[in-house]
Amino acid sequence: MSAEIYKEIILDYYRHPRNYGKLENYDISARDTNPLCGDEVEMRIKVSDGGKIGEIKFQGKGCAISQASASMLTEFAKEKPLEWVKGLSKEDVLKLLGNPDLGPARIKCALLGMKVIKTGVYQYLGAKLDDLSAGE
Amino acid sequence: MLKSQVLELERIRDDFPILKRKVKGKRLVYLDNAATTQKPRKVIDALVDYYERYNANAHRSLHTLGIEATEEFERSRRGAAEFIHASPKEIIFTRGTTESINLVRFAWAEEHVKKDDTILLTLMEHHSNIVPWQLVARRNGANLKFIELDSQGRLKMDEIEEEIERSPRLVAVTQCSNVLGTINDAARICRRARKAGSLSVIDGAQSVPHMPVSVSEVGCDFFAFSGHKMLGPTGIGVLYGRRELLEEMAPFQGGGEMIREVHLDGAKWNDVPYKFEAGTADIAGAIGLLAAIEYLSEIGMEKVRRHDVELLRYAIDALKGIKGLQLYGPERAEERSGVVSFNLADVHPHDLATILDGEGVEIRSGHHCAQPLMEWLRVPATSRASFHVYNSYDDIDALKAGLEKAREVFRL
Repeated sequence: MSAEIYKEIILDYYRHPRNYGKLENYDISARDTNPLCGDEVEMRIKVSDGGKIGEIKFQGKGCAISQASASMLTEFAKEKPLEWVKGLSKEDVLKLLGNPDLGPARIKCALLGMKVIKTGVYQYLGAKLDDLSAGE
Repeated sequence: MLKSQVLELERIRDDFPILKRKVKGKRLVYLDNAATTQKPRKVIDALVDYYERYNANAHRSLHTLGIEATEEFERSRRGAAEFIHASPKEIIFTRGTTESINLVRFAWAEEHVKKDDTILLTLMEHHSNIVPWQLVARRNGANLKFIELDSQGRLKMDEIEEEIERSPRLVAVTQCSNVLGTINDAARICRRARKAGSLSVIDGAQSVPHMPVSVSEVGCDFFAFSGHKMLGPTGIGVLYGRRELLEEMAPFQGGGEMIREVHLDGAKWNDVPYKFEAGTADIAGAIGLLAAIEYLSEIGMEKVRRHDVELLRYAIDALKGIKGLQLYGPERAEERSGVVSFNLADVHPHDLATILDGEGVEIRSGHHCAQPLMEWLRVPATSRASFHVYNSYDDIDALKAGLEKAREVFRL
């Protein structure tokens, strides 16, 4: 884990985050922080007809890894059924980031966005939060 | 290669076995000393020697090993006392600075801080000198007041003196900021506090490892520091308390060692400082701390300080030359201890630390347990490089090269 993890795509999403902002009209909202780093991600989702992720936006602050992965995740999740979130895994997120070798210290940064979207969607679906670790 | 004008660095570096290891195939450049320092062979040997030769409980067992362990444990107390110019009866062994401050909270503040009293703090305090007082204030209905800093991160002395005039119950101030490096005039603050009838607690976690400290000159009521930030082991720290106060105070934890007599209907407390040391102490830790104190004393704390200032001047100059780098804290090296905090353009400190780690350069990134200070600086986090006796100009050159590399990686 060193400079090689900062692939062009991560820097691009860090500097120009897609779907950045706050939905005023939403059905799902969740926020979480990474206590070690202070990384912060908040997501809001408008559920479309048929139980799909319609609009999705995120806000946050933190390192390039946490912010880029949250942004990529919002693009990835758009138009997917809510149930799809349950199957979302660590591997999916790492693939989005270009499979960087993050090591134990930084993997939490990469997975913060996933934790937030899962928290929000699980609550909306009435699923148990205990299942949260399923994808990690 | 520039050589230190103050210390024989090659000899000192030889004393620290860890400095021989590589990180990511590179020479280890350890610049996270404000978090914890590396340990010299002398300290490691002292720990091994205790466990191999005279491991026993102190102040209990009457056999030979017990007597030897007790003697070394108490010699450590005398060593710690001498190091900060106190009396051994005023030295309480704790787990570290945090526990030392919490001891003051439980054994003194919970009883003596009353409703509407004020506890005076500063914006540069570590969480361990904020949260215990927040808890006391919430429990007893007291108020916290935070003294502001000037644009260079120095304490506004006129403001703190004005506030002390109002006789707060307690003044709790760090002698040295773990983020900005700012050295505070603790003696002046404590003198004023005593005149106003306020008690003073000084957080010495970052000062004792870096400069000569005399609690009698500072004139504080309580003084806290840790062993592991001054080349000693983790798990051992010290609370100095003024003798008269310690005599009057209630115990901290209850258990063995802190009692004189226990009956079914009550107990009588042991003498100070044992009244505050319930349970088996970190005997090995205390012995290791003594070895660290002896090691530092052989070098001389004046020299440790001068080495810090030398490195600081060089580091401040080097970092100022990096485009997009923002430095925090006092401009003059003489006003700060061996700590430099900074941010590089829009690179988050965690990303910076990862890139530097790839070069073998170990720094700290984050809020440094000083979130109110981060808010004041208007940043979520900073990167921090901090020095100790084994750091060289080469280490700062490596830091600079790592930062230039980060500029490339982030295409700045």
